[in-house]
Amino acid sequence: MSEQTANHPLYYEMANKFPDAIILEVRSGFFGAVVKSQSLLDVAKTLRDAYSFDYLSAVTGVDDFPEDRMEVIYHFFKSIGGPQFELKVFTTRNEPTVPSLTGLYPGAELQEREIWDLFGIKFTNHPDLRRILMWDDFEGHPLRKDWKEPFYEEDVKPFKNRWPEGKARHSENTNPFQDNVQYPREFNPANWTGEADHLMYKSLIMSGEQSSNIIKTDQLVVNLGPQHPSTHGVFRMVVVLEGETIVNLRPVVGYMHRNHEKIGERNTFLQNMPYTDRLDYLSSMSNNFGYSITIEKMLGITPPERAEYIRVMMAELTRIASHVMSIGFLMNDLGAYFTPALYALEERELILDIFEAVAGSRMMCNYFRFGGVVRDVPEDVMKKVKHLVENRLPRKIDELDRYLTKNEIVRTRCEGVGVITSDEAIAFSATGPILRATGVPYDIRRADPYSIYESLDFDVCIRNHGDVYDRYLLRMDEIRQSLRILRQVLNRIPKGPVISGKPQYLAKVPAGESYGRVEGPRGELGFYIVSDGKPNPKRYHVRAPSFINLTGLAQMCKGAKVADAVTILGSVDIVLGEVDR
Amino acid sequence: MTVNGINIPNASIPPDLQHQVAVTTLDKIYNWSRSNSLWPMMFGLACCAIEMICTAASRYDLSRFGMEVMRPSPRQADVMIVSGTVTKKMIPQIVRLYNQMAEPKYVIAMGACASGGGPFKEGYNVVPGVDKFIPVDVYIAGCPPTPQSLLHGLITLQKKIEKEHIPTTRWYKKEDVVEIPIPVLGPDLFDPRKSELISLETHKPILVEEPVTESGDAA
Repeated sequence: MSEQTANHPLYYEMANKFPDAIILEVRSGFFGAVVKSQSLLDVAKTLRDAYSFDYLSAVTGVDDFPEDRMEVIYHFFKSIGGPQFELKVFTTRNEPTVPSLTGLYPGAELQEREIWDLFGIKFTNHPDLRRILMWDDFEGHPLRKDWKEPFYEEDVKPFKNRWPEGKARHSENTNPFQDNVQYPREFNPANWTGEADHLMYKSLIMSGEQSSNIIKTDQLVVNLGPQHPSTHGVFRMVVVLEGETIVNLRPVVGYMHRNHEKIGERNTFLQNMPYTDRLDYLSSMSNNFGYSITIEKMLGITPPERAEYIRVMMAELTRIASHVMSIGFLMNDLGAYFTPALYALEERELILDIFEAVAGSRMMCNYFRFGGVVRDVPEDVMKKVKHLVENRLPRKIDELDRYLTKNEIVRTRCEGVGVITSDEAIAFSATGPILRATGVPYDIRRADPYSIYESLDFDVCIRNHGDVYDRYLLRMDEIRQSLRILRQVLNRIPKGPVISGKPQYLAKVPAGESYGRVEGPRGELGFYIVSDGKPNPKRYHVRAPSFINLTGLAQMCKGAKVADAVTILGSVDIVLGEVDR
Repeated sequence: MTVNGINIPNASIPPDLQHQVAVTTLDKIYNWSRSNSLWPMMFGLACCAIEMICTAASRYDLSRFGMEVMRPSPRQADVMIVSGTVTKKMIPQIVRLYNQMAEPKYVIAMGACASGGGPFKEGYNVVPGVDKFIPVDVYIAGCPPTPQSLLHGLITLQKKIEKEHIPTTRWYKKEDVVEIPIPVLGPDLFDPRKSELISLETHKPILVEEPVTESGDAA
């Protein structure tokens, strides 16, 4: 817990500065500051301006049912690195209102909308407080503890026997509609006149932005998605066009909202591990990594050395697989239909072979456990990795580089497109390649080291222009750095056990809370877990990098042509499983 | 492709002509040609879509079966591969896409989620299986199914197509094919076909000993 105590003097300093507003809360497993909601803005402003906590990483809510209390939790970081500063705001369950931080930290915008959607906490002065993951007319706020889904069985898993008296019991048969639905009393579908999306179109018209063109044209609203070949899944962009120029853009998400967090709070701690695979399904090993280090922080265990090396090896292989795919599909978006993607997928397949050999599944690895990994890497797989890292991948990456980087079309389509400055990127809480391509050397592997990254020799790559081309180049650089890490890992990996202690099915996680984060291929992947000592988490929140990177999408796209929006989205590299969770 | 596959059994063709002439039935040639040029819709929902891309890529190579022409437009597609979790927010669009596809059309439910909700079945925004709304021809198990099992699913679909019989096909019938009504996003997703049932259930008097079925906590 050393890294969590590192900021303690600052907490006392802040508490002295705002004696009326901040109450320090110290109990086992938690150390933080509780702010009165009316002075939240002042405290946040001081934190940002006087203490340079300029980067609001995660905002989330917690429902303290049956107590009449809801919490909003803010995780602040410095963009130059270092441990977190955590603030909490309490509000009541009946009329929860908290001032919005979007004025100070624009990166809170989508996250606050998510809290409104799932918890029903109102954020005053939020510019666009609408539901985000569910649709506008949806009834209820699902993450409240007393809200029950239509297929509700019991509060927590493992459920009692699902086969009473040897007969299968299907959720459909317990529901009056034989489906996963429930309706309020007196609801009559025949009288329903609700109109989907009306609030969104209203908010787009309300914002009323005009381009500075001399020739005035009528504004046109165009929907890209949710079924569109270039949106990388079921993502939707609502674009306001003037001619071909984008005046305004709203990302619409939630088409793949699979209720990860609600299910996660019913699951036991270990049951969540395979679910994390399905968050960012292109980099399941990274997700496992983030989740296991968060729980290990609470359990107070560290994996044996061999396990740490295996973990880093898998995480870096994942990064390579994810980045080559991202590069391949960026080219797809540029119009080089499928050929570069084929080259990229070929390398990815070879990495997936390794995953399949160690974990049994190509994509959904479910390979990590609390305190290690589930099984050792066999010697012949190690040889395969060695061959891949030392011979094949460097050659193939150079090949991709040679084919693509100086290509005339790639350069004209990418250079100077989708620019975001470093200040904007930090303000929008962007992470990963988006942030580093603007010249901010913020990589959690260095800024807040975890696992064995401190002992490994690698550079944090940066590029300085913050455009699509730089994001592409940065991913190329990062693949090379990952290969560098992998070479060291392969040389140094020790023999020994791969899990500390006996593998446990039921992790006994003590009461407390923990925010763990890793540098995934798309940026900061954070897990915020609150445990009350029971076998299930009380709150399970994922700070998804793709989701929060989308906050800056409108900024990147404004003024660009509509064809560029596709390229910009490709360079942001979202994975919908993680955006919508 | 040899012509032997489409010959009717025991067709007596002189040996010299066996590679030039085929004796077949209309059904057979019609189905043979259709089943070998299935155009899937380029339509990915979730994790399974990535495996679908891998299937189309060089290692597994969907084009060996004449299916490499992925069409982003439903109007040009024959097979809809529902690749991933179907959510309530997405199902109106999926049904609309299905309605827009021209006959003959087929649906493959790829993976556990599309077949029956999978690991996310209990979720409040998840449709437990796409077959609640659109008819499915082939179900593929797995989470996600490997490219091999997707190929197996597609070959199964080919076999199904080869058994079809022109006079009984849906799209040559005199009566119009009825479109599937598009589900509506109300306070919860509702299927217009079930309107009466829903209205009946929500207007039932509450029995005291039964737990209340309405959502507990409104905004």
